[in-house]
Amino acid sequence: MTYTLFIILLPLISFLVLGIAGKWFSHKTAGWIGTLALAGVTVLSYYAAYEYFFVIGRDAVTGAFERQVPINFCWLPFFDQGLHFDMGILLDPISVMMLIVISTVSFMVHIYSFGYMKGEKGFQRYYAFLSLFTMSMLGLVVATNIFQMYLFWELVGVSSYLLIGFYYTSPAAIAASKKAFIVTRFADLFFLIGILIYGFYTGSFAFVFDTPEGLASYAQAGFILPLALTLMFIGGAGKSAMFPLHIWLPDAMEGPTPVSALIHAATMVVAGVFQVARLFPLWVTYAQDWMPIIIWVGVFTAFYAAAVACAQSDIKRVLAFSTISQIAFMMVALGVCTELQTGHEHVGSVGYMASMFHLFTHAMFKACLFLGAGCIIHAVHSNEMNAMGGLRKYLPLTHITFLVSCLAISGIPFFSGFSSKDEIITACMAYSPAVGYIMTGIAAMTAFYMFRLYYGIFWGTENKELHAAHHPHETKVMTWPLIILSIITVGVGAYTTLAGFGMFDGYSFGSLISADGQDYRIHFDTSVALTSTIVAICAIGLATWIFKGERQPIADKLYATFPRLHRWAYKRFYMDEVYQFVTHKIIFACVSKPIAWFDRHVVDGFFNFLAWGTNATSNGIKTLQSGRVQQYALVYLVGTILLIAMLLIF
Amino acid sequence: MDYSQFLNMGQELSLLAVILILFVADLFMCTDRKSGKGVLNTPLPVILLTVHTLLGLAPLVCPCCVADATAFGGMYVSSNMAIVVKTILSIGTIIVFLTAHEWLKQPEMANKQGEYYTLTLFTLLGMYFMVSAGHFLMFFIGLELASVPMTALIAYSKRSQESAEAAAKYILTALFSSGLMLYGISLLYGTTGTLYFEQMAPQISATNLVQLAALVLFIGGIGFKISLVPFHLWTADAYQGAPTAVTSYLSVISKGAAAFVLFVVLYKVFAPIIDQANLLFFWIIIFSITLANIFAVRQKNIKRFMAFSAISQAGYLVLGVMGATPQGMTAIVYYLLVYMVANLGVFLIISITEQRSGKLLISDYNGFYRTNPKLSFLMTLALFSLAGIPPFAGFFSKFFMFMAAFKAGFVVLVLIALVNTVISLYYYLLIVKAMYINPSDEPIPTFKSDGYTKLGLVLCTLGVVLIGIISWFYSYIDQFSFGL
Repeated sequence: MTYTLFIILLPLISFLVLGIAGKWFSHKTAGWIGTLALAGVTVLSYYAAYEYFFVIGRDAVTGAFERQVPINFCWLPFFDQGLHFDMGILLDPISVMMLIVISTVSFMVHIYSFGYMKGEKGFQRYYAFLSLFTMSMLGLVVATNIFQMYLFWELVGVSSYLLIGFYYTSPAAIAASKKAFIVTRFADLFFLIGILIYGFYTGSFAFVFDTPEGLASYAQAGFILPLALTLMFIGGAGKSAMFPLHIWLPDAMEGPTPVSALIHAATMVVAGVFQVARLFPLWVTYAQDWMPIIIWVGVFTAFYAAAVACAQSDIKRVLAFSTISQIAFMMVALGVCTELQTGHEHVGSVGYMASMFHLFTHAMFKACLFLGAGCIIHAVHSNEMNAMGGLRKYLPLTHITFLVSCLAISGIPFFSGFSSKDEIITACMAYSPAVGYIMTGIAAMTAFYMFRLYYGIFWGTENKELHAAHHPHETKVMTWPLIILSIITVGVGAYTTLAGFGMFDGYSFGSLISADGQDYRIHFDTSVALTSTIVAICAIGLATWIFKGERQPIADKLYATFPRLHRWAYKRFYMDEVYQFVTHKIIFACVSKPIAWFDRHVVDGFFNFLAWGTNATSNGIKTLQSGRVQQYALVYLVGTILLIAMLLIF
Repeated sequence: MDYSQFLNMGQELSLLAVILILFVADLFMCTDRKSGKGVLNTPLPVILLTVHTLLGLAPLVCPCCVADATAFGGMYVSSNMAIVVKTILSIGTIIVFLTAHEWLKQPEMANKQGEYYTLTLFTLLGMYFMVSAGHFLMFFIGLELASVPMTALIAYSKRSQESAEAAAKYILTALFSSGLMLYGISLLYGTTGTLYFEQMAPQISATNLVQLAALVLFIGGIGFKISLVPFHLWTADAYQGAPTAVTSYLSVISKGAAAFVLFVVLYKVFAPIIDQANLLFFWIIIFSITLANIFAVRQKNIKRFMAFSAISQAGYLVLGVMGATPQGMTAIVYYLLVYMVANLGVFLIISITEQRSGKLLISDYNGFYRTNPKLSFLMTLALFSLAGIPPFAGFFSKFFMFMAAFKAGFVVLVLIALVNTVISLYYYLLIVKAMYINPSDEPIPTFKSDGYTKLGLVLCTLGVVLIGIISWFYSYIDQFSFGL
């Protein structure tokens, strides 16, 4: 399967071509180069998935999908048999699934951007960065070792930075890009420390956890291994916007909307989840006691983000917080997974599958929501909900696809989000009913704020004067991706719902991806499924009751009754202000200033002294290089004699 | 006598054939005096040398050819590593030829183009013999074959006073160092009764003071070629006075061969007194790197500047000699390759700038970026690599070099070398600053480079960018590092 190398090479080539020679291409050519490269990637990824799951298939002995490593070479060797940095391609169920997710969403975004970015200055640059991002993300998921993952992890961060700051003349975009970069980079510092600790104690970076040397070193490592994993989890939490490192994601919405769909909804932000899943065998075997960290960080983030999402008025911010909340669902699902062995008697292992399943379905419907939001913003030229209302007449296709995705994220049966969220809640219930009930409650909040958003955009009061100024309309090239993504959402949803309720006994998601690679057929737990459906429908009903009408007396009354709560939620519970305070008042004033003083006076002073010394010496000994050849010979001779003398003395 | 042993020295023979062809071609092929163009300048030498380089690689790729072989009763020893080194040297020579094209096109050079190529290749042949020597006589003949024509090359611009002065200084110092080294070799012969490397080693001992003196004298002779402190004083004058293409050759090729030979002789002959040799090198390296850095800081002429940079780089190069470990061997050859592409890249730009504008001062480069942005950029890459900034190749070569020295146990030395990289960064950046930041009323006007220079720049830049990040180069060299 060496051809999988081209999955990474194609976007790299496209990036280089567009990045170096982009300015000589027309917008159209540049777009086509990027899109064709991505089409190639998509075809190869699907073929690789087909070959991996159905041609190579299960191992005859173990009955699981085996890891395939088509390429792996030593990139940076060190001496002896110690650590070495490898580069390669690792195919296993989760990396193959990620290939599908990334290539599909990225391909859709490439097509969509034709319409959305039409006529923008820097169109070629935009496509170059998209290619760079896709390459990095693909490289991240197929990494064979944690070092390669880290390398691409940083590349992903850089391309995200470049794309958020795409409109580099807007101060908000620049600030947002810097914020995103600094916050994630700060978290990555812990990731790096974790990697170094891990490498130092286990002597290997590879994602192979069952070698005899590896097992011996894990056993010896003691509490070091959980510590390293937790540090790496902090890195993952930064990328995946877990509380309190989530603050960059809402601001990242300053980037072009398709970028938000690709990077900040479907792919990059799930890198943290992917990282935990990748290291999962280690977590579950050696760091079981530390896993509640993942659970409670996840639970709190899910709740916090859902609460904030209820009060936001910028539609992209609502979606951003909903993303944070949904990723937290995936984290929680991983956290509640307590064993690797799958099967219906091993409920503890459902979480892993559920997390990956939700990652997959969420990527599709959230990308669809973001791209839909892009269409809406493109049509009304505003992000604010009060500029919208009643848009269902003007944007019919966007309306339908948006509704489909809202139903999916709310967890209505026959839409994909239902099946995956249901599995997550089942897994939580199996771990502890308390977590299960909390997550069910947050799922209800999800349905509520998503339908608040939906009614705010497509129903409610129409902003007539704004719509009269420019007639809102849809662009064909932008609606195709929406349709495809919602077909995937409905198709996957209907299939898995029917399979889950036992209508037929076919393959489902768990057959391909499960904690130990065995065939796991999803069967819904009827009570959980029923509860969550009823809860979701009630939440939607509540949202309909409050927000559907032309006027919203109940909503106004609520705002009037709890003004402070609303303000707090709207201001995201002042998390940004807390950060401002901590960084400016505490870190900058009390830590950075003395360090800066030390740097300016002591460190710089030392180097100035070094420079002064160098110059002074240089002037002092210039007679040595006199140009007289007799003197050269003398120095030569004296030098030789001195060296001989030195040998004789010592 | 078995003539088939000649076949074991394929690279030397094919180089000799190249020299003879060029020699004959020089007699019969006319060069257009006005334009300075002709087969001889530069297509024929470059093509012949390229063919020679590729043919020379045959023993490495094709199993039917023997790589490890000796000839003439062990006077000549060939090994895989020697082949790699010779290949690197000949690639470097090709790039030097590309550098020389514009210079040789001048009307006063037109009738002596052929001599330039034959003389240069003769020195290269001398280095080949040096690299493959298994006997001090062979080594010494190779060394002289590499130095004597070099003098003619340095004095190549006949009418230039500077050039003649540089040549005089070079030949006088070279003679002096040869004399002392011969004295050292004779001491060795006197105490051991043989000149074969292999036979000598068992009879060397640390208690024999005569042999210790011989070690110093030998290091002095080689140190002269590599320009290590205190045998370095000729370097700055010779580099400044010599024609730029010759300086470029001097700074890399002859230095590389000598460093390799130094390692081989230390490993093969002086192994029993390696501790003493390490002590010597400890101080020689510290002084070379530090003194050269201190001098480089205040140079005005860019060629003289590069001379001190070359002395300092030589110090790093010799760092791999410490301990005579296989890693050190790999590190030396790898460092040589990386240093070669970066340094030749810088000289390509110096040379073309000199040809087009006649300017050689660092201050002349003020505002170079405004007029020649591409050249400035390439120069910056090459300088970054020389300074050892990642991700350029220079970072990796320094990294492996330090690692080898570190593993051999020379922690203090590595620390001092690290401090010196900071200083070297400072003066390399002086040139970058001149090109990008310093304002100038009369910057060097925009000019177009010729095709040969462009080709050379492409090769060097590819080397600077790729040799580091593609690990193949290092691992390829590394696999030969035991077969001295």
